[in-house]
Amino acid sequence: MSSYPILIRPFGEDAILIEWPNEVSEAILYDILDFAESFKLVFKDSNKWELIPAYNSLTLINRENKIDFSKTKFLLQECFKNRKAGGHPQRYLWKLPVCYDLEFGIDLEEVSTTLGKSIEDIIKAHTHHIYTVYGMGFLPGFMYLGGLPKELETARKSVPRLRVFKGSVGLAGKQTGIYPQDSPGGWNIIGNCPISLFNVNLENPCFVNVGDQIQFYAITRAEYDLHRIETEVGIYNLDKIKIDA
Amino acid sequence: MLKVIHPGFFTTVQDTGRFGYREKGVPVCGCMDNYSASIANSLLENKETDAVMEITMTGPELEFHTSSFFSITGAEMSPTLNGIPVNSYEVHKAKEGDVLSFGKLINGFRSYLAVKGGFLTEVKLRSRSFYKPITDKNRIKERMEIPIEEHTEYSPIISHIKPEAWHKEHELIVYKGPEYKILKDDQLKLLFTGKFTIAKENNRMAYQLEELIGAHSHRMLTSATLPGTIQLTPAGKLIILMRDGQTTGGYPRVLQLATKSIAILAQKKFRDTVSFHPLRH
Repeated sequence: MSSYPILIRPFGEDAILIEWPNEVSEAILYDILDFAESFKLVFKDSNKWELIPAYNSLTLINRENKIDFSKTKFLLQECFKNRKAGGHPQRYLWKLPVCYDLEFGIDLEEVSTTLGKSIEDIIKAHTHHIYTVYGMGFLPGFMYLGGLPKELETARKSVPRLRVFKGSVGLAGKQTGIYPQDSPGGWNIIGNCPISLFNVNLENPCFVNVGDQIQFYAITRAEYDLHRIETEVGIYNLDKIKIDA
Repeated sequence: MLKVIHPGFFTTVQDTGRFGYREKGVPVCGCMDNYSASIANSLLENKETDAVMEITMTGPELEFHTSSFFSITGAEMSPTLNGIPVNSYEVHKAKEGDVLSFGKLINGFRSYLAVKGGFLTEVKLRSRSFYKPITDKNRIKERMEIPIEEHTEYSPIISHIKPEAWHKEHELIVYKGPEYKILKDDQLKLLFTGKFTIAKENNRMAYQLEELIGAHSHRMLTSATLPGTIQLTPAGKLIILMRDGQTTGGYPRVLQLATKSIAILAQKKFRDTVSFHPLRH
């Protein structure tokens, strides 16, 4: 199947790093996820490993802190060569509501001035595009989203805020994303998503997986309040669409 | 149950960590100095995964409302039971009403208190390790009641051991990190001949070092980071990620600490010094 050159290297005593070509590409990301899936099928002790995909890399961490690197590298290479195409799990496009009212979009006016675009056009561009989840990290449930249109690229705030509220939707550089918890942060905040991205009481605490896609849609303040209550009592119906391979 | 009379500077409940959620951005957490923690558990013949209390810099004051046995390892913080000094690295019995307190920090930075059967705080995502917002609290608070098992009889196989001195070491063993190659000759020389001072920005997430080793302009795509990953910021600052460190990062990962060196670093505090020694694959 794929012919990407990969590089397998030790990462300390208990991890192995596999790197694909250094570029942001959906094809590479999907190849990584395909490989991760065959690893889970092929490696008998796969439950002792934690797999972290991000952009062009996959990090495998061994729970028991013991790796025979050259043997594992050989097995990983064999697994990479012999896997079947399309082994990845079902991917979804998640439609997430965002209230872009100025009450939440505290930097919208500033962003509008910097970009020379009306607030309406910013919202239109932000909700029109579909973003791919290239990784999760920084905070539990935080998604690294790729695919932000050039017209929405902005510099980070020069002085980060000490507290950005949970659900805040931000823009920074080539990225857009949602703060899953209250956190310090330097992104330009343009709205708020009422849906909890991370629930510690669920065995799978975050419904989104790396490789999924996200599209935002604008909601009114009243709809925001409703969805917030629905998500708190656990009756909010997430809008998801299967993505064909 | 054990009641917190005074929480100390920063005291948390930790176990071996929260494994299996890093792909969703959840740090592994767990004891910073897992060697000391595991000795505290083994003296009580607890399971390796039983939760202990990680005590940072100054200790708490705790009242036993249940009879139990306890042991203390790691940093030496002059513990007393009802005002009478008790030795670290030794099994002690506590009765209902006994008060365990800590005094002056003699060496190290983090002590581990284990009780027979472990601390039974809430399990969230398969671990009791405190980490907000996964657990409700990020540290113990005054008047908090911490569940423990009742034990009135226990004859340990080994009732005390000689405290180890390894955590007083200053040499950290490192492997090459994924972006090791970006280091220039002068940076390598500084890294492996210089002494580095622990900055005041040091906590369970990361230890920053004061000395800079020279700026760089290497850009990379965000990728996974581990406890013990040493990142180099564009300004030339070294940041060593620890157990609560974020699971991904965009700074070059120039070095990776050996597992035991993470535990050694966990016993260092502001202004202590460390040096790096390579161990090649």
